[in-house]
Formats: sequence, C-alpha cells, structure tokens
Amino acid sequence: MLSKQQAKVFFLGGTLLFLAIFVGMSIHSLVVGIPENTNDSDMTEEVILGKQLWDENNCMGCHTLMGEGAYYAPELTRVYERKGADYIRTVLNAPNGWAPRGRNMVKYDLTPEEVEGLVAFFEWMNRADLNGFPPEPSVGN
Amino acid sequence: MKFKSQKIAYHFFALSMLLLILQIAYGFIMGFAHMGYDGLHELISFNTASATHKNLLVVWILSGFMGAAYYIIPDESDNELFSVPLAKLQFWSFAIVGVIAVAGFHVGWWEGRKFLEIPRPLDFLVAGNVVLFLVIILMTLLKGKKSSTTAWVLTMGLVFAALLYLPGMVYFDNIAVDSFFRWYVVHLWVEGVWELIMGGILAYLLIKITGVDREVIEKWLYVVVGLTFLSGILGTGHHYYYTGGPSYWLMIGGIFSALEPLAFLGMTIFAVQMYRKGNKKHPNKLALYWTLSTAIVSFLGAGLLGLAHTLPGVNLYTHGTLVTAMHGHLAFWGAYASLVLAIISYSMPLMTGRNIFDNRTGHLAFWCSNIGMFGMTGAFAAAGVAQVYLERIAGYDFMTVAKEIQPHFFVLILAATLFTVGIIYFIVNFLRFGRPTDEALKSDEDFEALKAD
Repeated sequence: MLSKQQAKVFFLGGTLLFLAIFVGMSIHSLVVGIPENTNDSDMTEEVILGKQLWDENNCMGCHTLMGEGAYYAPELTRVYERKGADYIRTVLNAPNGWAPRGRNMVKYDLTPEEVEGLVAFFEWMNRADLNGFPPEPSVGN
Repeated sequence: MKFKSQKIAYHFFALSMLLLILQIAYGFIMGFAHMGYDGLHELISFNTASATHKNLLVVWILSGFMGAAYYIIPDESDNELFSVPLAKLQFWSFAIVGVIAVAGFHVGWWEGRKFLEIPRPLDFLVAGNVVLFLVIILMTLLKGKKSSTTAWVLTMGLVFAALLYLPGMVYFDNIAVDSFFRWYVVHLWVEGVWELIMGGILAYLLIKITGVDREVIEKWLYVVVGLTFLSGILGTGHHYYYTGGPSYWLMIGGIFSALEPLAFLGMTIFAVQMYRKGNKKHPNKLALYWTLSTAIVSFLGAGLLGLAHTLPGVNLYTHGTLVTAMHGHLAFWGAYASLVLAIISYSMPLMTGRNIFDNRTGHLAFWCSNIGMFGMTGAFAAAGVAQVYLERIAGYDFMTVAKEIQPHFFVLILAATLFTVGIIYFIVNFLRFGRPTDEALKSDEDFEALKAD
C-alpha cells in the first residue's frame, strides 16, 4: 500500500519533471515557434499601435481574436481577408457607433492614424499561421 | 474556533458575498444583451460588463481563499495569526484595490486581456497586497506549534498563485506572446495551483467533517495534487493550439488535457471515500453538502465538460464559441465557488457560535443554486453547439447566428434567476449568523465539540 512519503515523492517528482518539460517547450515556442508563425519581424509601428488600441479599448471584451475573447461580437482573426480594409475603416469611423442588426458596438473617436493602425494590425493578424484556425466551413465544400 | 484572530476570515467572506451578488448582476446585463436587450449600453457597455463579471469572479474567489487561509492556518498551526492589524490592513487594501479596479472598468481604465483586465499600475498594488497576505500566513505557519501537510499544501498553492501573477504583468507587442503568458496566469491558476488550494481546503474540511484519520486524508491529498500537476502543467497546451504556438502543442496539449479529468476524478473519489469511511455524525450538514458537491461538480464541470471540447479536432470548431462559456461556468462553480461556500458554511457557526447548519434556507440555497447553474450550463451548451454548427460548419455569418441563438439566452436567464434565488438564500443564512464573537472561542471546537451540541 502506498505510504504518505511515497505519495509526497510522486507529487514533488512529477511536478518538477513536467514543469521542466513545460519550461523547455515554452522557451522553444517563444524563441522560435511564435515569432515564425506570427511573422514577428513584420510587426511595424502601425501594427504595434493597433495592438495597443486593441488592449486599451478592451476589444476582447466583445470580440474574439485567435478565438480568444467574449463571444458577443464576431471573430476577427481573418476579418481583413473576409471584409477588407475599407469595411474595417467604415466600421471604426461610423459616426454614431456601429450597430449591426441592433447589436451596438461602442462608439470610438479614433484618429485616422489609429484607424490605420488597427487596419495594419488586422492585416498582420490575417497572415498568422494558427494551425488551421479558424476552420473553413465544411457544408457545401 | 480556537483563536480570536481567526475571526478576521469573516471580513473576507462578507466581501466575497457582496462581490458575488455584484458579479451576478453584471452576468444578467450580459445575458439580456445577448437576447437583444442592451438598454444599458451607453452606461455599461458589453465589454465593461464582461470585464467586471469576470474580474469580480476572480476577486471574490480570491477573497474566499484568503478568508479560508486566515481561518485554517491558525487552527492547523495551533497559533494565533501573526498580526491581526496587518491582516486588517491587508483586507482593506485588497477591498479598496478591488473597488478601484471595478470602477476603472467603467471609465475605460483596463487592459483588454480576458480575466486580467486590471491595468498594470494596479497590478503592482495587487502584488504588494498579496505579498503582505503571504507574509502573515507564512509567519503564522512558521511560528506555529504544529505543522501539517494540509496547511503547507494550502500555503504553497497561495504562494505559487502569487508568483504566477507576475508573468501577466509584463507587456508584449506581439499579441500571441501576450496571450501565451496570459495563460501562464489563468490556466496555471485554475487548472494548477488553485487546485492545490482546493485540495488543501477540501482536506481540511474532510478531516473536520468526516473524522477520518488525518494521515489517510493527507496521503491521498498528495496523490490528488500530484495528478493535478502531472496533467495540468502540460495541459496548458490546449490554450496554445490555435493562438500562434507551434503545432506540437496539438499533440502534447491533447494528451495531457485528456488526462486532466483524472485529477478532478481523484478529488471526487477522495472526498466521497473519506465521507464513506467517516462516521457521518457531524451535525453541519450544509458544510458537508457543499464539500461533497465541490468534489463532484468540479469533476463534471472542469473535468468532463473540459474533456468534451479539449481534443484538438473538436476544439478547432468549438474554440472561441459559447461552448467555452458552458465549460467555464460549471467548472468555476463546482471547483471554486462551491468550495468557498463550503468553508463559509463550515466556519461561520464556529466563529459566531450560532449553530445554523441544517436549516431549510441553507438547503434551498444549495439546491436552487446548483440546479440553476446546471440549467445555465445546459443553456450555454445548446447555444454553443448551435453556434458551432451554424457558424463554423455551415458558414453562416456571426450576427445571423447570434440572432438564431437568442432563445437560448432566455432559458439562460430563467436558470440564472433560480441560481440567484439560491445565492440570496445563502446570503440570508450568512446574515443570520451575525458577526463573529469571542464567546465562540473553544479550546477544542471541532468535531467532538460540535457533536456534543
């Protein structure tokens, strides 16, 4: 029968082993995997501004990006490809706030530079390799 | 209650109750908005309600954990708390930072990072507050006459939770890197070190309520928390499938996520077996109900519903849909919310001397809130599965689907109303206890003393 000491060794040994593997994989992901998959070297000042605006306005509080967010407004990972740059500008510049089919988006007073920053951010996001996400709809294909 | 200083736990539990009610209110705002009624949009937009709802959850659960630690550690170390004035300072600073954070969300002072919306300047205050909390707990433990595995597992859980907050405080330009470290905090909290805290509190409750030998309970505690880390650490990989990480996370995350329910199953078997081995004579039936439901519902919500959409092939379609909300609600409710309600139900009679532990209000609180939460989970499941098929498989536009699934949010609100009734009953009982009193001090207050009542 398992003793308390053996149980303690199982806990501490298992934790340390899997923590070491996790840290190793994390380092590889951060140094090689994510920079390659997201075209990190292509991040311009505009893209970085767009990311800052995404954070500052808590866009994730309604939308999802890379599938992460609040499920109240559309997934935007491929919005650049799906809707195009002009559509994004129209939404962000809507004078009374965008309200598709009665669902209200917060009204933002963005400068032209900020709008272009967000467009650049979505264009950069659109090129990221996310292991097949979002999936292509399969009905009819 | 053995020591006067344990009474400080009451402050944290009272704060938890207040924040829980507020959290529910913001949940209703979001539920109605999903149904198409967002009349508060100009005042409280959806992203404000969303950030507030999620952060209130984190803060009230943490407040409950802190209260639990302040109650349990003196008892387990057989020693007064290191410093009550410092604990009071820690309480008030914690509450004030929480209020500033929530108020800040309403004026756009936040960071758009789910669960970690508290802006970085406030993060430093949170970190300082937690350091003060840990100093009080560790000093109490080190100066104590006794030392127990239960106390150390609980304390280590709290220490690691504090350390894991740090990666979330660093800013990255690349959103995929930002997300990578955000999961260091969120995943390794809820599917890692919070389970240590959960294991510690559950072990304490089981020792007290079942009367089973401490050595037996603490041995299995090691096994359960061992299983947690064995699966949960690399299980973080399920957040890296589709967020810019390398493709090997699909396999690693898939395998270890599939093992994660084992830890929760271990927790369930652990609690139920200890209850069966025990003498079942403890009069605090409400504490027993909440303790066992924590172990069982956490397995259903965190374990099984997590498994339902954690495999990469399934998650490709469910990721970023309401299926996640389904899993999230029952998981948090089962594993952590119920746990806090369990320790409150156990400790309040001992702190106040009022033996409210088997009354009708308490049982109504238990059943209404649990049935309500299962109803909410069902509504989220129906909405989520419909969303997956319509949007991800059939290719309908997001807003078209949002209109189609509105009726599920009506069901959600009905179930949430029942849940709220249960929580109100719980708070009614909490208020009936009144405030803790020194008259409740007893040298050996636990199992034997209660049985004699």
